[in-house]
Amino acid sequence: MSFIGPIIGGVLIGFAAVIMMVALGRVCGISGIFRTALHNLLFERGADFEQQQWRWLFLLGLVLGPVIIYQLMGLERPAPLAANELLVILAGLLVGVGTRLGSGCTSGHGVCGIARFSVRSMVATVTFMVMAIVTVYVMRHVIGGKV
Amino acid sequence: MRLLLPLISGVLFGIGLTLSGMIDSMVVLGFLDLAGQWNPALIFVMASAIPVTLVGYRLVLKRRQPLFDSEFHLPTNPVIDRSLLMGAAIFGIGWGLIGLCPGPAIASISSGQPKVFLFLLSMMVGMLAMDKMAVAK
Repeated sequence: MSFIGPIIGGVLIGFAAVIMMVALGRVCGISGIFRTALHNLLFERGADFEQQQWRWLFLLGLVLGPVIIYQLMGLERPAPLAANELLVILAGLLVGVGTRLGSGCTSGHGVCGIARFSVRSMVATVTFMVMAIVTVYVMRHVIGGKV
Repeated sequence: MRLLLPLISGVLFGIGLTLSGMIDSMVVLGFLDLAGQWNPALIFVMASAIPVTLVGYRLVLKRRQPLFDSEFHLPTNPVIDRSLLMGAAIFGIGWGLIGLCPGPAIASISSGQPKVFLFLLSMMVGMLAMDKMAVAK
């Protein structure tokens, strides 16, 4: 049964990516959409806002989706993040730097890129998966949750 | 419609992250923890998202242009360079530290947890710092 949610969720994520492509001709890379929206807000305000609204609307939808599930379907929210603040900051910085330097995250490389048979995205996906697995191993089995 | 579709795409993506368990950092860490009590369920997220996207893209890209733009904006850089590898590796470490990547972090905003905002703020700082360095180069 625990596979039903992931399969339905994955199909919906696929639909989301396809809708974005048919509507605006863009890949659904969340780190890229977020970064460009932020960049335009901070440094290029006023520069044809018409062309930028879609990013904010996508991000708004991303925030609203879970609200719909939790409020309307009464699904329980996951437990709050257990990691301490310092680790949260470090993780955020690394994710920000890494997605920018590597031009993408789980959605852009892992789903859209692989679906386009982009070798670049496949290499990126294998790289971040392996590093994440190694990191979890170190955190849980070497350091042993002492951080 | 031009603005409604990105909103719908976002909502579906957010619902997908929620139903799949990707939004729960503990589920993500359980998936990445091969040496512990490995929870493989999240394999099925990619295993279903990729084929749907693949088939959908095939159909869509037969069109001459998207519905609301004059051309498709597909990434064209084929180069596998140090930036890609270093960036993906750094992202992987950050992801593995607490189990949050950008999508689930943004989708978690409605939980109101201060730590989610702290993560997003740090992520913004990281992204903007990289932009600054890229400009400086």
